[in-house]
Amino acid sequence: MVGYIVFLTISAGLYAIFGLGLNLQWGFTGLINFGHVAFMTVGAYTTVLLTNQGVPVILAVLIGAILASLLGLLIGTSTLRLREDYLAIVTIGVSELLRLIALNEEWLTKGAFGVQGFPLPLGKFDPNFFGKFIMIAILTIIAIFTAYKLWIGLSKIWRKGNRIGPLIWAVISGIILLLVYICGVIALNDYNYKAGLMLLVLVTLALVYSGLEILVNSPWGRILKAIREDEEIPRALGKNVFWYKLQSFMLGGGIAGVAGSFYAWQLTTVYPSNFEPLLTFNAWTIVVLGGAGSNQGTILGAIIFWGYDSLTRFVLPQLGILDNARLGAFRVMIIGLILIVLMIWRPQGILGNKDELTLGK
Amino acid sequence: MQEQQIISTENILLSAQGLHKSFGGLKAVNNAKIEVKKGSITGLIGPNGAGKTTLFNLLSNFIKSDKGEIIFDGQPINNLPSHKIANLGFVRTFQVARVLSRLSVLENMLLASQQQTGENFLNVWFQRKQIRKEELENRDKAMAILESVGLIKKVNDYAGGLSGGQRKLLEMGRALMTNPQLILLDEPAAGVNPTLIGEICEHILNWNKQGITFLIIEHNMDVIMSLSHHVWVLAEGTNLADGTPEQIQSNSQVLEAYLGE
Repeated sequence: MVGYIVFLTISAGLYAIFGLGLNLQWGFTGLINFGHVAFMTVGAYTTVLLTNQGVPVILAVLIGAILASLLGLLIGTSTLRLREDYLAIVTIGVSELLRLIALNEEWLTKGAFGVQGFPLPLGKFDPNFFGKFIMIAILTIIAIFTAYKLWIGLSKIWRKGNRIGPLIWAVISGIILLLVYICGVIALNDYNYKAGLMLLVLVTLALVYSGLEILVNSPWGRILKAIREDEEIPRALGKNVFWYKLQSFMLGGGIAGVAGSFYAWQLTTVYPSNFEPLLTFNAWTIVVLGGAGSNQGTILGAIIFWGYDSLTRFVLPQLGILDNARLGAFRVMIIGLILIVLMIWRPQGILGNKDELTLGK
Repeated sequence: MQEQQIISTENILLSAQGLHKSFGGLKAVNNAKIEVKKGSITGLIGPNGAGKTTLFNLLSNFIKSDKGEIIFDGQPINNLPSHKIANLGFVRTFQVARVLSRLSVLENMLLASQQQTGENFLNVWFQRKQIRKEELENRDKAMAILESVGLIKKVNDYAGGLSGGQRKLLEMGRALMTNPQLILLDEPAAGVNPTLIGEICEHILNWNKQGITFLIIEHNMDVIMSLSHHVWVLAEGTNLADGTPEQIQSNSQVLEAYLGE
């Protein structure tokens, strides 16, 4: 049970980071990126290949993120001057291209055989009592930070006069938070590398989230939002629209690159088939589900996505209606159905702002 | 029309010569010329499809001209990207008022401020104090402008919820926020009710007195003739005439172009 919750936390955390990158590009800047997994591929392969050569983990992750954003620069300079739909096509092409390169350039990536046995962060770490204490303290700080953010968000809705909604949210999120925290503490106490990875994912997520919140609420973020609404206006007001699009695209890509490192560490063996276009669309599901243009929404989307995944993986087989092959397809169909229903009744996503949608252009 | 004599001939803020632009076989703008004197309100009129809006797009480099020279404040701007032109103090508005729907009215205004420290990615991290100070200053300035155009009650509303006339006002306020020398207005009175038209005219005259130059496209002849010091007439992409409103109103060629033979 504890191990599984830790696994879920890592998954949700790294998908949240992955989704936050896409949310910056799409939710805040309006760039349609259908090849988000490309950045993750670059981040993941760079990290594992470099650490295999003895490069320190932190440095490898940084280089991975930088290379991923350079990929963004490359795609961006060639396509961002074009209209959005072209960007969508080019990005999906690039992501497949990268996967095929990883599959065929065996001298570098070992192809379909996969890269194995690369060093893991905190992999050989054997904490004493003091080390464990520090790690649990960090986890506690993150939990308090989350609870505080939840409190602020929910009390805002409460003050608007909505009573039942925030209560339900408070109970559900409280239970999830407590469950993750308790399991996290237990896991850190009986330390193995997965527990360390979980802590690293959560710390990174908290940093990425806080950084993005500062950015999108700054004048810099205001220009991105303006570009999302109508790029001719910032242009007429003297903003270099192309340069801001490029910055957003590169930063989002770099964040996805960091998510790629965690993805590799969770997999422990990296195959090209781990980077199918499906991952891009998982990120889209997460962003749309939570509400595009909301960083909290993206994190919530990632939690719901993985909560749904694990629930259906274990509950549905118990019902014994479908065999395993059909069950797999069925679960994906339900996700599609949820998205359709959401688009009809809550097109702004769960945490999106409804007022925004009732506006005419 | 006394201001007109005050403005001397050498004080030309914007001048364009020999502008050409074709879309395929259609010559939208064909050897057009325009001059805007510093401190003036200059009108640009012409029948539908005369190429007025295209000329605006060429002047602000939203569309690149095929040929011709544009000089703003003594500096050629043909090859400057449009955002750099705006940085020089030359802002445009749009024929159909454009607002950033899902941003608040205040955010629409704040966006327009020039040379903000917080627009630089690194400064967001290392100049937080300076950014906060600037934001407060810009907010005060935006509030004052919104107050003057009567949008103060809408400050925190989404701009997408404004009516057509309010959007025009917001767009002008936003242009003002950039500290411009010259504002291009594309049909400020189109689709606006008569009372608000009067109000918009008053604002334009007011801002002009404060030293801002205007170049205005308008189909409402009452508006253009009462506001402008000088009027340029465009037909089928070329200059037909230019002169004071009185001269234009009695020009037989202009009347012909508008009314047909």
